[in-house]
Amino acid sequence: MVVAEVMRRTWAMTWKDVRVELRARERMNAMLFFAGLVLFIFNFALGPDLERLRDAAPGLLWLAFLFTGMLGLGRSFQAERENECFEELLLTPGDRESLYFGKLAGNILFMVMAELLILPLFAILYNLDIWSRLPGLVLVAVLGTIGFSTIGTLLAAMTAHLRAREVMLPLLLFPLTVPVILGSVRATEALLNGPGLVEVGHWLKLLVGFDVVFLVVCPLLFEFVLEE
Amino acid sequence: MSRPLVVTRVVGALAGAVLAVGLGLAFFVVPPDAVQGEVQRIMYLHLGAVAAAYFAFFVTLLASVRYLWKRDLRADAVAVASAEVGVLFTGVVLASGSIWGKSTWGVWWTWDARLTLTAITFTIYVGYLMLRAFAEEPQAAARYGAVLGVLGFLAIPLNHFAVQWWRTLHQPSSIIRAGGPSMDPFMLTVVLVNVCGMLLLYGYLLLERFRLERIRHQTLQLRLTRGRRG
Repeated sequence: MVVAEVMRRTWAMTWKDVRVELRARERMNAMLFFAGLVLFIFNFALGPDLERLRDAAPGLLWLAFLFTGMLGLGRSFQAERENECFEELLLTPGDRESLYFGKLAGNILFMVMAELLILPLFAILYNLDIWSRLPGLVLVAVLGTIGFSTIGTLLAAMTAHLRAREVMLPLLLFPLTVPVILGSVRATEALLNGPGLVEVGHWLKLLVGFDVVFLVVCPLLFEFVLEE
Repeated sequence: MSRPLVVTRVVGALAGAVLAVGLGLAFFVVPPDAVQGEVQRIMYLHLGAVAAAYFAFFVTLLASVRYLWKRDLRADAVAVASAEVGVLFTGVVLASGSIWGKSTWGVWWTWDARLTLTAITFTIYVGYLMLRAFAEEPQAAARYGAVLGVLGFLAIPLNHFAVQWWRTLHQPSSIIRAGGPSMDPFMLTVVLVNVCGMLLLYGYLLLERFRLERIRHQTLQLRLTRGRRG
């Protein structure tokens, strides 16, 4: 019963964010446009040499994912901040955890959607064959995105109240998510250029472990962040 | 002098004495390393700073948990004091490691696992200090700081595994390993003296910084009450 209640509240929170996004389309538009630009700029930075681009591809792909995700995370509490609605959120009955999980689900959803659109664009621009490895890539992307968003959602709630919030979110988030970044890039590299996922089982385990640890810890800490 | 102040001074004097002996032995008495030569002496300083830095961040973790649990402002003062001193020691670790690396590996910096881990830990706790500086009110600074104090310490083991698998060319740990230490007993003694000295120095700096933070709290409190009276 309790689980069903938490699920229902979580869903209400997520659906609120999705509906706002469906009407305004601010966040997704910004994220996708930014992702496209990032892919272009990488090309300018590294030159048109296809061999070199292919070697760097896994890292570039994840930089595009993470920068885009960061942009989305930075906006995830913007509506509440601008309209001063944090108090109203806190007044909703029930546990704070469902607020966290609701926000988290929304952030993961937006980031995965962006990734699903970045992937084909990336394959075309960088002339890569991703289609045969798609299931593995999606698995790695989802695991990485969950890990990045668990800490990201918590920190976004925190930095929303700071001066210099645009700077502080990436500054805190990237060092804390080094295992996610390393694990995702290595696993993607194995998929695109190397032996496949079987060889990098330890990285997948690290990603899963990271996700589990912070899925437990972050909701607990979230309670202290949203106190007014 | 009040009693806490006496304790602080005594710890400070002890730290000075133990470090004078430890570093004196390290730089003038211990024979140079058979392979690495004179430059290996910097390791005595380096290892002491490593111990103090990680201990400092552990104290920040404990104090952060206590603050979140009891809302004790003194715990918050311990957390911020310890983090600041920890950042200082991490800086010493990075600098001394770089100097040692330059003459042993021939480069100031390499993406070696433990070096990278130290650099990541350094950025996390510099972020911690910045986060507190950017918070708009003291209670928020304390709460956010405590949350990050917990997250930051949890990240250390995970980051450790990640960079360990990523790459390693650091010399394998020579003190803590199965089958006992591989070090000459005299060298080991000097290492331990220096570790004790650094931990005492950490204790001294922590106490001083804690006192400063408490004075800051009192000043804020005074300003608030004066403001209320108009």
